[in-house]
Amino acid sequence: MKILVAIKQVPSRDSQLRLDTSGRWIDEADLASEINEPDAYALEEALQIKEKHGGEVVALCAGPARASQTIREALAKGADRAIHIENDDLGRYDLLGVARLLAKAAAGETPDLILTGLQSDDLGYGQTGVVMAELLGLPAATIIMQVEKTDAGIRVKRELEDGWFQHMDIPLPAVLTIQSGINKLRYATLMGIKKAKTKEVKRLTSVDLGIDAVPNVSLDRVYLPQRAKQTTFIPGSAREQAAKLAEILKFEVRVL
Amino acid sequence: MSILVVMEVVMEQSRLTWHRMSWEALAAGQELGRQMDLPVAAVVLGQGIAALAAELSAKKLDKVYAIEHDLLAGYTADGYTAALAGLAAQVNPTLVLFPHTYQVRDFAPKLATRLGKVLISDVVRVRLEEGGLVMVRQLFQGKLNADYRASGAGPHFASIQAGAYRAEMVEAGSAQVETVTPVLEAAAIRVKVGAPFRESQRAVDLTAAELIVSVGRGIKEKDNIALVEELARVMGAELAASRPICDNGWLPMERQVGSSGQTVSPKVYLAIGISGAIQHLVGMKGSKAVVAINKDANAPIFEVADYGIVGDLFEVVPALIEEVKKAKGL
Repeated sequence: MKILVAIKQVPSRDSQLRLDTSGRWIDEADLASEINEPDAYALEEALQIKEKHGGEVVALCAGPARASQTIREALAKGADRAIHIENDDLGRYDLLGVARLLAKAAAGETPDLILTGLQSDDLGYGQTGVVMAELLGLPAATIIMQVEKTDAGIRVKRELEDGWFQHMDIPLPAVLTIQSGINKLRYATLMGIKKAKTKEVKRLTSVDLGIDAVPNVSLDRVYLPQRAKQTTFIPGSAREQAAKLAEILKFEVRVL
Repeated sequence: MSILVVMEVVMEQSRLTWHRMSWEALAAGQELGRQMDLPVAAVVLGQGIAALAAELSAKKLDKVYAIEHDLLAGYTADGYTAALAGLAAQVNPTLVLFPHTYQVRDFAPKLATRLGKVLISDVVRVRLEEGGLVMVRQLFQGKLNADYRASGAGPHFASIQAGAYRAEMVEAGSAQVETVTPVLEAAAIRVKVGAPFRESQRAVDLTAAELIVSVGRGIKEKDNIALVEELARVMGAELAASRPICDNGWLPMERQVGSSGQTVSPKVYLAIGISGAIQHLVGMKGSKAVVAINKDANAPIFEVADYGIVGDLFEVVPALIEEVKKAKGL
């Protein structure tokens, strides 16, 4: 099975975010990056399917030059090759525009299965996989917790709300968005890291793909949320904070 | 020129009823209808939905569309998208609103794409400003807010975050029901959907707990879970966790609080090392008192916290265990 995995590079989870001077995005200077966590699970799922059924795993990533670090990591974990849609100003594209870039690059590969994380940790639209599927004319299923190959295609377990699930049978080719926790992530081995250096990374630009930024949605302003609740912050050393909290729990909230 | 609100129906004990978030989306629709001076219509899709449509007809709406078809008896993205794309072509709405549910996440992006549009998802507020609609949504798991603007002609699409609007604000009135029969073919529905199921009976019922100690990523390693376990024990609290902890297998899934886990409302919810992504907050913001311990003063968990401690949990929690023991005379 030929599996394409769309991955994204996002700021590291523990980053202290600062707004940039335009007020429309964050200041990315000195910001550490990592693979978007749900995409890491999508990649792992693709690798496991390949190990079971054979085939090829191709990582697809749209992002600036620094995203090549995330692509290298995917190759080190076991992706066979990668496509980097290199663009330093993806912010000019709205989510439909970015999905068009990804879908166009994906179409050139004619994969059997396209996987991606259910949402990104930065923009959090939770739509890229579904929009790609529609652009490619493929069926899609979201928030997937299990993938099994069947004679007719695949059977997936989809997560519903409040602890419910359902199975779905889907013909291939198809697009799935993968939920975090579907599998156990692997680490790259030393051998894998070494091998990654020799693997093919195809670079494509928006010009190669013939897709301009014509957004119909724009991000106008980014700002810190206003506090809805008046939080009483407890000052002091850890010991003082703990003592004060115990006092609050006992005498104010009265649960001790 | 109108606002359409797509209501979500769920099966509960083999009868059709409303997803609670549908009413929140409807409240948003009515509020915007007043502000924009536009007629508001609600849409319900399915099979055997006459009673649900009748219920909607008692709300302050200009119209209720009941899209009825055998192929809509169960949800599929293909069926819903085709049916709603047909209605959108007929009605040509300015704005289409959805509740931001798992099901909406499955089909609404597809519908918007089919019409060459962008769904603005997980919106916490819609404002009318000079030059158009401004939709507010969260970025970076709730650490920042962003204003989005949809340009050009409609329809514009937005899904409304759980709790962003209040269901009890829905105004009563009366509306006419128009039954719509969509053009759907069985062959166009490419997936086969099974019946919903639960993994197993939940052994842990967090919904009844009065005290909950909940742990998140800040705990760093599996071996450190013992620390919060000890705090829960001395407090007499149930132990819970945010999703990543359960994903890693550090605690069983049945202890997960949030949109994919349990929804709790204890007297005290003590969140330790939990940043407070919206998926977690929807599961616990009904708690009577929320206490948060986190090293990042900007963590979104403090948005909902009554009491906050900014500090290193590995120093605060051991001290707290001692203080709780003292307070309880243990």
